[in-house]
Amino acid sequence: MTQTLIACHECDLLHRVQPLPKKSKARCRRCGALLYVHFPKTIDRSLALAITGLVLLVIANIYPFLSLESQGTVLETTLITGTIILSQQSMAGVAILVLLTSMLIPCILLGALVYVLWPMKLGHRLPANRRAFRLALTLRPWSMTEIFLLGILVSVVKLSKMATIIPGTALFSFLALVFVLAAVNTFLVPITIWEKMDEWR
Amino acid sequence: MAMTRVHVDPTAARSGLFNCHGCSLLVRRPSVVGRVHVRCPRCGALLHLRKPNSIARTWALLIAAIIFYIPANLLPVTITTYLGSTQPDTIMSGVIFFMQTGSWGIALIIFVASIVVPIAKLIALSGLLLSVQRRSRWRPEERTRLYRIMELVGRWSMLDVFVVTVLVALVRLGYLTTIEAGSGVVYFAAVVVITMIATMTFDPRLIWDALEKNDESPAH
Repeated sequence: MTQTLIACHECDLLHRVQPLPKKSKARCRRCGALLYVHFPKTIDRSLALAITGLVLLVIANIYPFLSLESQGTVLETTLITGTIILSQQSMAGVAILVLLTSMLIPCILLGALVYVLWPMKLGHRLPANRRAFRLALTLRPWSMTEIFLLGILVSVVKLSKMATIIPGTALFSFLALVFVLAAVNTFLVPITIWEKMDEWR
Repeated sequence: MAMTRVHVDPTAARSGLFNCHGCSLLVRRPSVVGRVHVRCPRCGALLHLRKPNSIARTWALLIAAIIFYIPANLLPVTITTYLGSTQPDTIMSGVIFFMQTGSWGIALIIFVASIVVPIAKLIALSGLLLSVQRRSRWRPEERTRLYRIMELVGRWSMLDVFVVTVLVALVRLGYLTTIEAGSGVVYFAAVVVITMIATMTFDPRLIWDALEKNDESPAH
């Protein structure tokens, strides 16, 4: 790390940046907030995970998501079905919110990371890469795939007495995506990426 | 002893530095007086010593969330039709359904995510705002931790919105049973989004500013 001082985002206390052992975290000595982490190969790992995540997202949208079997008939749904039905029931706002948090935001987040990290690995940069990276960081709390997954679990339990629910390929892909996004959050060390961007100035 | 330590603690604001919320770069504050918009030279984010109008914005959002919270709980979130008879369900009756059918784990998850977390968030955020406005010196570390927990768990309240989405997708017309979304879900989704934004507009550094020796809090 080239930056010598860092301020805590939660209590503003200044700290001198010290080298950390691998996979460890530095916390604020006054309020305990996370200051910075040291994860080796953050660019390589985050990039690999982001590409994987995008592929999983495509698979999750192509294949059937959940099927409901009742009285001999099977009703197939895809990831986007809920959004479509909600908008048909004049719930456009909620439909957009669900579409954003479960699909579009994860997609934009991963896309922005690939846009920044892939050229970075190859040693060049694309226009507006700083803005793209800032966008990815801002969007993080709004990517809610893990909550959506828990929502599926709750719904399946609720319907289990009424019908048989058959998981589709897309569901497994979505499950994997949840883990990939969690891993991106762990491996991505924003300060390292920002400092790498500074080197080109 | 704790008091003397607090006084010497150097903060970014006291040292005339902006702590960029986008990339954590410390930027020297220009000595120009008045409202100047300074952007971070590294990531381009607008720089502030503290989040702008944090208290007023957070209060406004919080009050909006409290108002929306009432229809969110009184109006049905799902309307189930079975053989011509309709049954509206609110968030609470959904929890009761799981309790009656013996799914205690699921009942608990929904109860915590849809009822405990939103209420706790509304109370905690009001408490934090009041404590900051009264320049309270009471347990700043614990109050900061409370804020951190709120930031982490608040988004899980979206659970019920997703449950409704999956239910309406799976149980549709053409079958004996249909589930439709009720208007309560609109208000509930609004509460979740508004409280998430309210948590983001609150600046936890204000908790610590009250501990500073001189009573001038740094300007934006």
